[in-house]
Amino acid sequence: MSTIEIPYVSKPRPDTGLVNAKLGIWLFLASEVMLFGGLFSAYVLLRIGAEIWPEGVSILNVPLATLNTVVLISSSITMVMAWASLVRRDINKYRFYNYITIACGLIFLVVKYFEYSAKLHHGLFPSESTFLAIYFTLTGLHVLHVIGGMLVLAYLQFIGSKMWNTDPARFTGRVECAGLFWHLVDLVWIFLFPTLYLM
Amino acid sequence: MADTTITEEKKSEVSHEEHHEELSFLRKYIFSTDHKMIGIQYTITGGLFLFFGFGLMMLMRWSLAYPDQPLPILGFLVGNNGIMTPDTYNTFGAMHGTIMVFMGVVPLAFGAFGNFVLPLQIGAVDMAFPKINAFSYWCLFVGGVIMLASFFLPEGAAKSGWTSYAPLADIDIGLGQTFWLVGMIFLITSSLMGSINFIVTAIQLRAPGMTYMRLPFFVWTQLVTAVLLLLAFPPLEAAGLLQLMDRVAGTSFFLPTGLVISGEVADISGGGSPLLWQHLFWFLAHPEVYVLILPAMGIVTEVITNNARKPVFGYKLMVYSLIFLGFMSFSVWAHHMFMTGMGTTLNAFFQTTTMIISVPSVIILSCLFLTLWGGSIRFNTPMLFALGFLPMFGIGGLTGLPLGLSASDIHLHDTLYVIGHFHYVVAPGTLFGLFAGIYYWFPKVSGRLMNETLGKLHFWGTLIFMNLVFFPMLIQGMAGINRRLHDGGASYADATAIIDPGFYSHAANYLYLNKWMSMSAWALGLVQIIFLVNLLWSIKKGKKVGRNPWNATTVEWAAPSPPGHGNFESAVEVYNGPYEYSVPGAAKDFSPQFEKGAST
Ligand code: HEM
Ligand SMILES: [Cu+2]
Repeated sequence: MSTIEIPYVSKPRPDTGLVNAKLGIWLFLASEVMLFGGLFSAYVLLRIGAEIWPEGVSILNVPLATLNTVVLISSSITMVMAWASLVRRDINKYRFYNYITIACGLIFLVVKYFEYSAKLHHGLFPSESTFLAIYFTLTGLHVLHVIGGMLVLAYLQFIGSKMWNTDPARFTGRVECAGLFWHLVDLVWIFLFPTLYLM
Repeated sequence: MADTTITEEKKSEVSHEEHHEELSFLRKYIFSTDHKMIGIQYTITGGLFLFFGFGLMMLMRWSLAYPDQPLPILGFLVGNNGIMTPDTYNTFGAMHGTIMVFMGVVPLAFGAFGNFVLPLQIGAVDMAFPKINAFSYWCLFVGGVIMLASFFLPEGAAKSGWTSYAPLADIDIGLGQTFWLVGMIFLITSSLMGSINFIVTAIQLRAPGMTYMRLPFFVWTQLVTAVLLLLAFPPLEAAGLLQLMDRVAGTSFFLPTGLVISGEVADISGGGSPLLWQHLFWFLAHPEVYVLILPAMGIVTEVITNNARKPVFGYKLMVYSLIFLGFMSFSVWAHHMFMTGMGTTLNAFFQTTTMIISVPSVIILSCLFLTLWGGSIRFNTPMLFALGFLPMFGIGGLTGLPLGLSASDIHLHDTLYVIGHFHYVVAPGTLFGLFAGIYYWFPKVSGRLMNETLGKLHFWGTLIFMNLVFFPMLIQGMAGINRRLHDGGASYADATAIIDPGFYSHAANYLYLNKWMSMSAWALGLVQIIFLVNLLWSIKKGKKVGRNPWNATTVEWAAPSPPGHGNFESAVEVYNGPYEYSVPGAAKDFSPQFEKGAST
């Protein structure tokens, strides 16, 4: 639609060594770190100020969360494999690994669904206590990130991969950016899991 | 050096304008991805919000000057037979602040000027992510619509102040505050996407030869502003989400145990902390005040150095001060919370950081003053506004110091003095910067100059009435009149209405100022009509000019006025620093960045 061409979309700028999207995604991740950082500091402040703070183990389902941790970490690995396949110019392998990543995301969501519904079933609503409030808020926001990441991965799997034929370098870059985001989502969970469930 | 290579091939590149295909009206004006059109969209939207917010304030000023008396003619706007209730006053006050800060000044200073000028000044064809750029604008638009829609809710819009302090904001009835939170999430998303775009553009799309130390100061201010937005807004988003949970899911993040509402213990789980909101809010909102001022400083620098016909004094010092200021602005937030009982240790820490952060602002201001020294100054309208900025921002900054020391803040906190302080920074400060920028870059946008006579009239009127509105606030504040009173403190004078008659009488002597301030505010509104007339008239009838009417050195003046799609006819190369004015031995008194050998 526009006739002008933005430079450095698929080839890195020599003096910075970056393509635009790569820098953009790192900045985005920085803001995400601040977002979750803000929520984690809220957690710390609330916990310090609380007279009693329940142990996560006594309320939350640790085995299910452990399962989810394994699932997410695996998905991070397949995410890297997907990108590495593209670097080796093997689009079919990319498709395969990307499927697995999306499937892992799906498993995570299903497990989370069972966890949530068990809580709500026992009358453990966010309004019950500050602990449950922060539990639902933090994991809920994380779930939204998982869904967002899956949408991006699905887009790249189906519609977005057409770009592989026209501009493979740019497509690989996109997958890398999506991967960086996915790793962040994974990382956030790795912080959430011990903070909420174990401490 | 890069300037030894001339690329003839680049010069012969076909002009973008020639084979520029016709876009449909919708693509060109509404869903445009061109940074200049998006900049104009931001200008119009931000400008309209600014006028709307100003309108709210003019209505509030009636209630301050003539409390509980019916508003003539416009009474239907406030309901209740034209008598403004305290509730309506609170609603207008909260929305005035929100609209001015998040929907007026930020979209103008950052969205509008940044979008239009920044890519041009670094010699880029567009923003790095044009579609995300359009997305940012539309997020602002949706956020704005949500905020405006909230006025029509049965219980009205948010009324807990632009700071939305908990627990008040948590328990406010109706949907107003919820709309405010959802609207804010859109506005925050808009700023976040915008800031990523600006940073990537400024780093990646600089023209060949445009090194960091050749960036115009305006670009530097936008860059630092973008970093502040990027890192400070997410914690407010977090706070907004928590408050939304409190309001919608019944959590108690900001509600303490045993909270009593209207005489009854509230049915909540409790355990939350109202102070948590303040920390999260001010962690954003102090950097936010620099978001409001830095772009204006950038504009003022461009205008002053151009019209003093001298290089800016201490360019590098200014850049380093700016970066230092950006860093420091993350460590002063709790100077807004001296009175919350944080304890003397924290108070001492935050008052120290606050004193430290004043230093870089003073350095930048001094550099701008020193730039004037010995210059042959052209007093055109943009320059007048830029010169007006200097003392006005000076007053704003100086009045901040007593607030930054916790001992004196005890007396001044929550009085009109605070309102006077920050309005000096934002109104005759930032707004003057924005006006300077509009008069300065108008020829680039439209190819025409704005009218000078009307411009000067606008300047003097604005300068006089701004001061008449805001200076008395400092006096009233020192006399102990609180902010956010719908009657402007009239109850202080009412000896029968208070438990201890005479307790507040010290303030009563200063209440007469309210009428003067209100009259001045309305006069200030009238003066702005001159500006509107000038703007609309000049678009059609202003004097036509070429690409560089101010004989300026920065790269935006190499493009045609107005620039076509893709900005420059041929790729730009940069050979000089940004402000090479009056270089000894040069052929003319300005040596543009884009002209090879101009400075020798
Ligand atoms: C240069 C040095 C500055 C210092 C030392 C300073 C200090 C302060 C302090 C301590 C307060 C809190 C007062 C109180 O609530 O008791 C305050 C309020 C405020 N300042 Fe500044 N300030 C400075 C510059 C600025 C700038 C540049 C801006 C904005 C463009 C600004 C905008 C504000 C605003 C909006 C508030 C009031 C917020 C509210 O309570 O609604 N200040 N300032
Ligand atoms: Cu502050």
